[in-house]
Amino acid sequence: MDHFPTNWGRPRNDAFDPYATYPLHQRATAKDTFAEGVQHTQQPIVTGTSVIGIMFKDGVMLAADNLASYGSLARFKDIQRLHPVGSSTVLGASGDMSDFQALQAILDDLTTDEFTYQDGHDLGPAEVHEYLSRVMYARRSKMDPLWNSLLVGGFRDGKRFLGYVDLLGTTYSAPSIATGYGAYIAIPLLRAAVDGKEDTLTEDAARALLHECMRVLFYRDARSLDKYQLATVTADGVRISDQIPIETEWRFAEGIRGYGAQTQ
Amino acid sequence: MPDGSFAHSQQRSFNPYTDNGGTILAIAGADFTVIAGDTRQSEGYSIQTRYAPKVFRLTDRAVLAVNGFAADGNMFVKKVKQRLEWYRHAHAKDMPLRAIARLIQTMLYAQRFFPYYVYNILGGIEEDGTGAVYSFDPVGSYEREACRAAGAAQSLVQPFLDNQIYFKNQTAAPGQSHPTHLPLPDVLAIVIDSFTSATERHIEVGDGLEIYVVVAKGRSPQGLDTMRGVQEMSARPDGDRMFVIRRDLKKD
Amino acid sequence: MFRNTYDSDNTVFSPQGRLHQVEYALEAVKQGSAAVGLRSKTHAILLALKRSFGELASYQQKMYRIDDHVGIAIAGLTSDARVLSNFMRQQAMSSRMLFNRPAPVNRLVSAIADKAQVNTQEYGRRPYGVGLLVIGQDKQGPHLYEFSPSGNSYEYYAMSIGARSQSAKTYLEKHYESFMDCTLEELIRHGLHALRETLQQDKELTIHNTSIGIIGPAGAHEEHVGPEGNFRILEGEVIEVYLQSMIPKDTGDAPAPAAPAAPAGAPAAGTGDEDVQMAD
Repeated sequence: MDHFPTNWGRPRNDAFDPYATYPLHQRATAKDTFAEGVQHTQQPIVTGTSVIGIMFKDGVMLAADNLASYGSLARFKDIQRLHPVGSSTVLGASGDMSDFQALQAILDDLTTDEFTYQDGHDLGPAEVHEYLSRVMYARRSKMDPLWNSLLVGGFRDGKRFLGYVDLLGTTYSAPSIATGYGAYIAIPLLRAAVDGKEDTLTEDAARALLHECMRVLFYRDARSLDKYQLATVTADGVRISDQIPIETEWRFAEGIRGYGAQTQ
Repeated sequence: MPDGSFAHSQQRSFNPYTDNGGTILAIAGADFTVIAGDTRQSEGYSIQTRYAPKVFRLTDRAVLAVNGFAADGNMFVKKVKQRLEWYRHAHAKDMPLRAIARLIQTMLYAQRFFPYYVYNILGGIEEDGTGAVYSFDPVGSYEREACRAAGAAQSLVQPFLDNQIYFKNQTAAPGQSHPTHLPLPDVLAIVIDSFTSATERHIEVGDGLEIYVVVAKGRSPQGLDTMRGVQEMSARPDGDRMFVIRRDLKKD
Repeated sequence: MFRNTYDSDNTVFSPQGRLHQVEYALEAVKQGSAAVGLRSKTHAILLALKRSFGELASYQQKMYRIDDHVGIAIAGLTSDARVLSNFMRQQAMSSRMLFNRPAPVNRLVSAIADKAQVNTQEYGRRPYGVGLLVIGQDKQGPHLYEFSPSGNSYEYYAMSIGARSQSAKTYLEKHYESFMDCTLEELIRHGLHALRETLQQDKELTIHNTSIGIIGPAGAHEEHVGPEGNFRILEGEVIEVYLQSMIPKDTGDAPAPAAPAAPAGAPAAGTGDEDVQMAD
């Protein structure tokens, strides 16, 4: 008997397990004949980059660019990553776009079911966020995640809502949230301008702020595009804007030489 | 090491866990219990939010603090609450603290081979009116203790509690002995100091502090009811009383 | 008991277009002791008459809590009611688990009505032998629904089910227009008056045989009710004050709703001096 408890019950030869002492999921014997035919998502394929979202005086605003990348290839340049759910909620997605489209289908079915009740109890942003959390957590628990980071924004009964869910089922709420690269690049700008000022920030100021963040992201994020859409949710409902171009200025780049050998 | 060749098969499998930082702690008094946690939620070096509660009221006299992987923690609390609701339906009363502790152990152990990556601390008042703290590991091992810290700053806080609560490495004055239980004001001071210190030295601790205090029925809240910024959550003034104290911690 | 050619199988219509098994199930509801439900702008309440099978037996439970915001009273087979209430509790919990939302009351009632309908159509099943009164509150305020084994569910201002419930219904029909603006105490008094109509000749309402279920803000005689006004069941000593507030049947078959009403905050309802007894 070994005096290390971690070695107890383990066979001396790792390839041989005569008493089936390994935990079920580590055992070599394939119980499911078709196991190899079942594919679980191991990595995202066609991806969207950051989504950013903030609360402002009259509601919530989300922004996401129109690019879907295939690795480093800018594959689809006219993709909408903001999706309205019901009449008071919008969903923004980064990560795998096919998983996002599967989620859209699930949510559209759900809103149709809710609509057909016709009893005035439609789903608000907090309910949609809770539901998405259940879906994402259930999928991660099956080791078959939906490979996304999602923002849920909305406004109902006089209350703003902005929440986050990701492929692990991790959730949180905050006055300003960004997924992906935006969590590093946009969040410092957003927190400085929004947190603690949600009740005074105007819609125009919010729009200008998100525009500025999308510009900074386009400068720094190699998987981003200079074309994005804004979703605004207020008491009037959900508005998703047309595509907004980002004007950029690259002349400064000529002066940049970098750290390598200066060949010119 | 990956060398770019196909000599060895590679697997980049999905990791269903992450660590969301933060710290929780609980201290039992003679007739009260204090359960506290910071409110920061982080992943890696990013602060996700400055307010995500880790301490939850379960019944009029039981409070659960969860720390580790936030998604597992939130789901676990939800499931415990639903089990307690079924108990209420069946028995028309709240589940006693020691029964909740055993329930939590069985629920954790049921996931022995795909564990909830969560450290739980349950605090509250027992049926005999004493303050109690139960601490758990992720797969359900548990014991009743006088105090426990868990989470990111456990290694910073627990030695401090050992010294201040259990009087480890302290020698009583000649002819005197250490008290078995501290009064509430002393415990609150220790809790707040623990978190301000942990905030100084641990990057994953900070932003806000939530302290739940449960005082046994008929016992004095020892000035808590008149303290500034204290919110009372008691279901009834003549039963066990529950208070929440909220404090800011440094946000850097 | 009469027999009928078309009553052994609930999936077969009689030539008159009736489903006899379903109608027999409705009779089972009438075998149960009565339950009354009524609603104001702020409250929905249930009142039920508990039966005891002799001196040695306890009283049968007539009310069940489904969730913080929903409760039911039953008439008919208690065992069937337990199946239905369990199902409603599961639905309510599932709504909280999936959406963190209290289940809308109408959907809970529709869910059990749909279950009951299946039993009126599929071969080899039998209808539930129980009727329910369901009270609940949601965004739109308090609600009262009736569920019956036929798979029907309707919303009501006031309703009664169970043995001799027609007498209670007659009372409710006479007074329902005043219910909307009633205080909780007035509403309970109306409920008790209606419930009293269902009693046998020599019986009366006591603290032992009466249950009161309430949804809505705390009344003048209630303690420890949170601001949400969650569902609670009153039984035993605490309902004495409401029984005392009833107007004796001889003096007023039709009590003036407003006259002896307790003003808000004042503990006295009815004639006043009964409350002094209650205080100790």
